[in-house]
Amino acid sequence: MTDELNLSANQLDALREIGNVGAGNSATALSQVINRRIDMNVPKVALVPLEAVPDLVGGPDAVVVGIFLRVYGKAPSNILFLLPQKSAFYLVDTLMGKPHGSTTSLDFMDESALMEIGNILSGAYLNAFFTFTKITMLPSIPALAMDMAGAILNVVLAQLGQMGDQALVIETEFLSEDDGINGQFFLVPDPGSLNTIIDAVGVE
Amino acid sequence: MADLIRVGMADYKVGQAPSTIISYGLGSCIGISLYDPQAKVGGLLHIMLPDSTQARPTDNPAKFADTGLPLMLKDVLALGASRSRLVAKIAGGAQMFAFQNATDIMRVGARNAEAAKKILKDLNIRLIAEDTGGTYGRTVSINMEDGVYKVKTIDKGEKEI
Repeated sequence: MTDELNLSANQLDALREIGNVGAGNSATALSQVINRRIDMNVPKVALVPLEAVPDLVGGPDAVVVGIFLRVYGKAPSNILFLLPQKSAFYLVDTLMGKPHGSTTSLDFMDESALMEIGNILSGAYLNAFFTFTKITMLPSIPALAMDMAGAILNVVLAQLGQMGDQALVIETEFLSEDDGINGQFFLVPDPGSLNTIIDAVGVE
Repeated sequence: MADLIRVGMADYKVGQAPSTIISYGLGSCIGISLYDPQAKVGGLLHIMLPDSTQARPTDNPAKFADTGLPLMLKDVLALGASRSRLVAKIAGGAQMFAFQNATDIMRVGARNAEAAKKILKDLNIRLIAEDTGGTYGRTVSINMEDGVYKVKTIDKGEKEI
């Protein structure tokens, strides 16, 4: 374990609060787009051994749609929005105004729509992040993949793996009021970004 | 029923017939198998990164190709494999997200594959099959009975190498 991952209870609380407001913004944005209420849980903030991260999302071979954004700025991070396949299809149906059950695979337009959702969620999230920390964070254009959860997580975990054996994960679950859409939103700061974020929060 | 031995990320397991060793959901990671067809023993290593010298020191050598493979080799030999009979197969090393400005870390799959091959060569182990690259995840398993290495994907089918 590297020293920068030694966080106090107060610091974890501060991160949880940032995640809470960020995800709250995101949930509001998503609910406006799809015109449904979106519930969210209290974000989990945890240091997770890298090899255990796939278990957070239903195991390494669960089929999910992952929308990935790299976050640039003073505190480089990764954003990953994961939806179980079924849930992603349901969201596409909702976005495209089709009867539920219509979508059974993703075409170019569907992927584009989902990536836009990733954009909207990330923008809303990072705005809140800025309000707390005054750290400007700019998301990259989103990328999307539908595949095994373990494989999709590789893209984040490989980066973290160079620096240590654990990931600091700020995770929020979303659930639409009709239970059709659930997803997990992850903000995973680069190991070097944690100090920047913690300093900006000003909690010891 | 034959044993199914599960290997997590950055880990390895060794075994003997009739077990099958399996690892789920590899993206840029690589599953490197070693197998002795006569002794029917072998192992499967699930690496995340190519090179331990370019990373911070870690408690987990199985995370890297260069430190993980010698470790598994030792354990496979201890199970009764003969070094001269050992053959290797590799699969994985995909690039899951295509980015325009692909940084080094985005290419980690390709670098993993290169590293795996180089280390096998350095250790004088024959690489007899590979299925690397692409943009899709793989679940890999090796059967200790016959050395068949199965690669499963979500929509690219299943194959044996």
